[in-house]
Amino acid sequence: MAIFDVELRELRERVLKLGIMVENAIRDSVKALVERDSTLAREVIRRDHLVNAQDVAIDLECIRLLALRQPMGSDLRFITTTMKITTDLERMGDLAVNIAERALELNEEPQLKPFVNIPKMAEITQAMVKDTLDAFVAGCSRLPYEVIKKDDEVDDLTVKNFEELLGLMLQDPKIIPLAIKRTYIAKYLERIADHATNIAEMVIYMCKGKMIRHTTIEE
Amino acid sequence: MVDDRHIFEIKDFSIYYGDFMAVKNINLNIETNKITAIIGPSGCGKSTLLRALNRMNDLILYSRVEGQALFQGFDIYDKETDVIELRRRVGMVFQKPNPFPSSVYENVAYGPKIRGIKKKSQLDEIVENALVRADLWKEVKDKLNESGMSLSGGQMQRLCIARSLAQQPEVLLFDEPTSALDPISTAHIENLLQELQKTVTIVIVTHNMQQAARISVYTAFMYLGELVEFGDTDSIFVNPQNKLTEEYITGRFG
Repeated sequence: MAIFDVELRELRERVLKLGIMVENAIRDSVKALVERDSTLAREVIRRDHLVNAQDVAIDLECIRLLALRQPMGSDLRFITTTMKITTDLERMGDLAVNIAERALELNEEPQLKPFVNIPKMAEITQAMVKDTLDAFVAGCSRLPYEVIKKDDEVDDLTVKNFEELLGLMLQDPKIIPLAIKRTYIAKYLERIADHATNIAEMVIYMCKGKMIRHTTIEE
Repeated sequence: MVDDRHIFEIKDFSIYYGDFMAVKNINLNIETNKITAIIGPSGCGKSTLLRALNRMNDLILYSRVEGQALFQGFDIYDKETDVIELRRRVGMVFQKPNPFPSSVYENVAYGPKIRGIKKKSQLDEIVENALVRADLWKEVKDKLNESGMSLSGGQMQRLCIARSLAQQPEVLLFDEPTSALDPISTAHIENLLQELQKTVTIVIVTHNMQQAARISVYTAFMYLGELVEFGDTDSIFVNPQNKLTEEYITGRFG
């Protein structure tokens, strides 16, 4: 195998590793919230520097490959896509940290009501992240298109969650500080889903050479 | 029918050396006043195709063509074609700089003199103009009587370009013009070609894919005598449609 092929394979593996770290961060932050586990929340916050370091390392490797290997065609699309999607993954990691921070705050207070919408949103969002990474590794398939469609479900749940909490806040203004934190968390998950959508769009670019961002999607 | 946009229209065009078919049934239009690059592995027929455009292959015994290659609507291989005039209008610059063993001035004035221009002032003007267009004037204006062979490699190549430009060509064909030059001289020639394309159509054969990517507007990829893919240079290097092109530009060929 040519050196460049080995380098590309290693780069792909690094992106996957970063992806798994981010998937874990999202999963654990939501678990820390739902199960009121502050130790786990702190663990998510502590691990974020590893995500940041991996993001930087991948960027530097991409720049090195662009300079030294002068990639063309599918190699060029793979490396440029990698640079863009690691930025999205790193932002997802930050949002997981935000969820963990809100979890720490909420865990100090009595529980408002059991979580219903947020675990549902988390489940869909995590599946989106996993599917985008699978699509990135496996290459061209229908997966990225499915991910883009799922984003609407998360958006709907964000609205539903907000409306429910708004109703509660109107009934009892004392709960406003807690309820607002819950709306934040839903917003964080909604943003994570948006980043997953960005990645899916870039994976489609990588496969087909066609930029579909900011356009109406057609297969 | 003359197509205004394309200076060359190549239709079902094949070139044979004896029984060997070096270029196979090519259809390709070359746009006027743009740089078109032809890339492909050694032996793919790209130089043969380039040399057909001003009938350089006539010099090779047993070479013959089939199909049509039109230059401004006229069949290059028509019996009536004035080959000398064709080569004036379609000049060629080769891989290795090949100035005549005479002065810088004489190298550039040679063509116009052959065409019958005798007046010194007129020749002076043509020589200066050609050297300015080849971006060589500043470097040689004080040594016009020195030998062309005394210049550096990059300067010699620009002298050859000036020699072609003195003939007022409409097209310049380049066969690996920078493969013998260092990166600075190469960049100099590449900048020059980008400037020249405003007034001259350029077709360049190159093994250096980065060079094709840097300077050309269109790129043709040839393999085993066939034109595999032709398109905007951006598309060819970012998102080629043909698997062979993809393999070639990513260095995974064969």
